[in-house]
Amino acid sequence: MTPAAASFMRLRGMIRKESLQILRDPSSIAIAFVMPLVLLLLFGYGVSLDAKHIPLAMVVEQPDSKTASLVGAFNRSDYFNPLSFDSIQDAQKALDLREVFGIVWLRNDFSQNLMSQDSAPIGVIVNGVDANKARITTGYIQGVWQAWFESYAASKGVKLSQPVALEPRIWFNAAVRSTDFLVPGLIAVIMTLIGAMLTSMVVAREWERGTMEALMVTPIRIGELVIGKLAPYFILGMGGMLMSVVMALWLFDVPLRGSFWLLSAASALFMLVSLGMGLLISVVARNQFVAGQLSLIVTFLPAFILSGFIFQISAMPEPIQVITHLIPARYYVAILQTLFLAGDIWPIVLANSAALLVMMVIFLGIAWRKTHKRLDA
Amino acid sequence: MPDSALVFEGVTKTFVAEGRTVSALKEMDLHIRKGKVTGLIGPDGAGKTTLMRLAAGLLLPNAGSIHALGIDVVHNPLEVQSSVGYMPQRFGLYEDLSVQENLDLYADLQGVEPALRPPRYKELMHMTGLGPFTRRLAGHLSGGMKQKLGLACTLVRPPRLLLLDEPTVGVDPVSRRELWSIIYRQVQEQGMTVLLSTAYLDEAERCDEVVLMHEGQGLGHGTPEYFREPMRGRCFHITASSLSKRSLQTRLSKVAGIVDAIIEGEQVRVVTASPGLPDLSVLGLGPDELTTEAAEPIFEDAFIATLKGKQKEDDTTDFSAALHTPATDQDKGSVIDVHDLQRRFGDFYAVKGINFEVQRGEVFGLLGANGAGKTTTFRMLCGLLPVSAGEVHVAGHDLRRAAARARSRLGYMAQRFSLYLDLTVIQNLRFFASAYGLSRAKGKERIAWALEGFELAEYASANARDLPLGFKQRLAMAAALMHEPDILFLDEPTSGVDPLARREFWQRINALAETGVTILVTTHFMDEANYCDRLVIMAEGEVLAQGTPAEMKDRFRSADHPDPTMEDAFIGLIEEHEKGREDAA
Repeated sequence: MTPAAASFMRLRGMIRKESLQILRDPSSIAIAFVMPLVLLLLFGYGVSLDAKHIPLAMVVEQPDSKTASLVGAFNRSDYFNPLSFDSIQDAQKALDLREVFGIVWLRNDFSQNLMSQDSAPIGVIVNGVDANKARITTGYIQGVWQAWFESYAASKGVKLSQPVALEPRIWFNAAVRSTDFLVPGLIAVIMTLIGAMLTSMVVAREWERGTMEALMVTPIRIGELVIGKLAPYFILGMGGMLMSVVMALWLFDVPLRGSFWLLSAASALFMLVSLGMGLLISVVARNQFVAGQLSLIVTFLPAFILSGFIFQISAMPEPIQVITHLIPARYYVAILQTLFLAGDIWPIVLANSAALLVMMVIFLGIAWRKTHKRLDA
Repeated sequence: MPDSALVFEGVTKTFVAEGRTVSALKEMDLHIRKGKVTGLIGPDGAGKTTLMRLAAGLLLPNAGSIHALGIDVVHNPLEVQSSVGYMPQRFGLYEDLSVQENLDLYADLQGVEPALRPPRYKELMHMTGLGPFTRRLAGHLSGGMKQKLGLACTLVRPPRLLLLDEPTVGVDPVSRRELWSIIYRQVQEQGMTVLLSTAYLDEAERCDEVVLMHEGQGLGHGTPEYFREPMRGRCFHITASSLSKRSLQTRLSKVAGIVDAIIEGEQVRVVTASPGLPDLSVLGLGPDELTTEAAEPIFEDAFIATLKGKQKEDDTTDFSAALHTPATDQDKGSVIDVHDLQRRFGDFYAVKGINFEVQRGEVFGLLGANGAGKTTTFRMLCGLLPVSAGEVHVAGHDLRRAAARARSRLGYMAQRFSLYLDLTVIQNLRFFASAYGLSRAKGKERIAWALEGFELAEYASANARDLPLGFKQRLAMAAALMHEPDILFLDEPTSGVDPLARREFWQRINALAETGVTILVTTHFMDEANYCDRLVIMAEGEVLAQGTPAEMKDRFRSADHPDPTMEDAFIGLIEEHEKGREDAA
């Protein structure tokens, strides 16, 4: 048998063994498919950074046709669930009890002011505990108020007191749906999970069960061992990616504005980075518990918190922002959000891919160098 | 040397663990002859596994050279790994792959041509008897079958040099015999060279050559006969009409000039420091009470004599001094009564209605292969596992009603010694004293007793993890005796412990039994069955035979087998049982 044929046979044997183990081990299937599914459903449905159907207390001290039309405007808005209260005291009590999130207060001089001054102040109180939601809510209230006031002014033929009106336009995610940027970002987290956690744990399992020692005293070469381990998990990870993309597009209606092939290429690159991290962890961790904990802390949590998937990187303190540059998921999240929501913006995709490429070379390089066919490394 | 398959020259290997440097091998020289089976024999920590791993290129030596089949192992490990077969202590079978898939994997890794596979597979399956189980997952095989599959995987492409690290540990006697016959077939048919390490001294007799190792050095290399020869005239069988074999053994072991005294069958086997028997008048027995006869030396005699000479000379420990007197208010009689005991797990009967009783002060053994139901029986007797059906009385209490009260009278030493490895010796003892609810003063007294009686004082502040295995075993036994139980349960107490520590352990057990403590022990070492007063042999949840060791062996005494060993009796019983089952089917 030629050396090449023997090498191919060993590689085939390793890949077949690894695939059979994946198929028979419910825990690897769970990590590869069930956990991503749960994460996607949780983030797709459960976690929403949008403010919708906000319970809002309406206090109208002197109801008339004008206040009724303004309340009607709030009623028609998707963002609010207005509840009527008789006095500001009652409304405040409801706010304390968290029955409502904010209060809109039309004092008894509202209509009068509107007639005489071409404008009328409305009182707004918002629960500021959740700062983000409070900001969004005041924005929405202002929006409803402004829209109503403009149409009121037009119907009366009154000239607007403000000569220039600000007209914001939101690009890429015009509906400002958080699902649209959460779900693509989640793909990075899922692939980190499969790549780093699963890989490091299966290698640790070989050490735990003593199969590694037997494997080492076969003619297998380091390259064959590493590739034989990586190939099946690469495919599994790409499967997880595909599943996430399909769910994003058809279940959560996230648009994919860039090219699918570019997305696949970038994902393949990130998958290799992730597998590299997994192999590196397995060099240190020789039991499954340590491998699992280590990959959770070193790869999964940073991908969650520091990648810009949920938390805006530019809003982080300076030192933390510097640290995020070491997190591979950061670059991949940038690529994902660009490809899904903006399109094939080459400069962004290329710059981030270059960073991933460098990381892949470093991680796989070190892992390769550090994997010996020896017990005393 | 041209006829050597494996050569070590001046090999030193040290490990650094927690700041301490430990030498596993010290300038070891070794020449393993081609086409022979060489046994590597030595106590725990002698460096056997390190030597195997060095030979397989898994470790780098600090100094010296290693050549396997003429290849430099240090510089060309990959080339060596292409031509040797190596089976580590825990062979790495993939438990979630089937027998066939494991074989396929190793055939791929070893580069066996596809055309050559079917005949080789057939041969291996025939040899190992695994033919009917090729589709079964390796994880569902019994211990002996796993070991045979591991060997088959290593042999899938016949290597020129086969390295086996304790291939027969924890394997039942029947499977052990089969493993040996597979190994010898390979040597004869393929001209293979085999180096294997073992903890079973009787296996040394089956090797062509033996290397005796101790503390990282070779103490001798030759045929088993080469080791036995100097022992001629130094081995005796002694019996005393007025003494039990156990008290005779205890007394003989204290006589100056006697290196070793063990119970063998109904006699005590004695090894002396120099040819001839020393003066036995110190025993204070009349000449007509004592019968002595010369015995044929075996490898074990040489092993013990050589190693005891190496150990520090403080073998004067009086084990009985360390022991307590248990409550002997009750008259002699049975302390454990088992009647129609059953245990089901779902549809599976782990124990199928067994009967036996144990007398006070008896050493009672439960023998059987893995999965025979020994541990299950034990756990029921200790009240750790509910009984499915039948009656159990322990120390006069019905276990089904008064398990807690019965438990306070018994001590239990679990397989693998349940110790807290991150606590020191003294902390472990304190914990067990408080767990058994001893008062402060009593606890102090018992801890002092344990440290002294088990010679643990010098290790008192060492973590249990760092203790040598033999000391872990002592500590576990001390812990189980903290509350002065009347009955002591020992589950595989000597598994993995080397022959020297095993001897010492049995001396303690004997001394304990002499004071009236009842001892129940499970073991898979057949020679240890001789230490028991009575025993039962179990298989598949049933009791196959019960009685004294002599009665068991008598059943298999025949013209061409005048002196059967316990192992012969065991294998005979298992075969009878299997035949009976086939006839019934």
